[in-house]
Amino acid sequence: MKIHIPTPLRQYAGKQPTVDVRATTVRDALAQLTAEHPDLKRHLYTDDGKLRAFVNVYLNDEDIRYLDGRENAPVKESDNLSIIPSIAGGKRN
Amino acid sequence: MLAFSQADYDEIRKHGEETYPHECCGVLLGQFSEDGRIVEATVRCGNTRTDSPQNRYHIAPQELIRVQRQAREKGLEIIGFYHSHPDHPAQPSATDLAEAHWIGCSYVITAVQQGKAALTNSFLLGGTQEEDKHFEQEQVGGGETNFNETAVVNILKKTADG
Repeated sequence: MKIHIPTPLRQYAGKQPTVDVRATTVRDALAQLTAEHPDLKRHLYTDDGKLRAFVNVYLNDEDIRYLDGRENAPVKESDNLSIIPSIAGGKRN
Repeated sequence: MLAFSQADYDEIRKHGEETYPHECCGVLLGQFSEDGRIVEATVRCGNTRTDSPQNRYHIAPQELIRVQRQAREKGLEIIGFYHSHPDHPAQPSATDLAEAHWIGCSYVITAVQQGKAALTNSFLLGGTQEEDKHFEQEQVGGGETNFNETAVVNILKKTADG
């Protein structure tokens, strides 16, 4: 399956826009990604191993937070996993 | 340096006028270059902060995934984002910095005064990680026009085939 890396994180993933992994679950896919590119880990996870709040991970068009089994949800070869940091802000401090 | 065509620059300012008194938001697509980023297309997005749209914006991740897919198909990258500050300066707020996570990308802010687009500024999100990220104001230029007060003329040469 393909994991799509957002532009700010590509420098930690060999400057590649996508990384191919062979995985059975979302968790497995992300583990393979960070094993292959360890510098990505601190950008995706907090010190206690949770996905950072602003890091959205989508399996195809579904937020993994809402999948059955969440990170344990099964994946198949044709799936796409996208890492999308959030976009927000506003004029009020 | 963030390089714009006049049409793209006008488009994001127009978006801010149309959504006034609410904040608009969207994505800048293009290429990274040696001295900055070159905008080749802009994509309007919906502001999902319907609870406080006059001073907050948020782009739905699903919409970003769609935009990213469209960008890939056109051979473009997400190089930045834009939003407006209704009746407020074109400077990033503490919230803008706290909620900015695309290091190396441009964040463009247009002040919209009484419904009319005023100053447009761009800020590169610098740093290496969340802990040291910061905004650096950058020049906004392109075509034959300087788009902001600090801009230095930098002509974006567009070839006939685009």
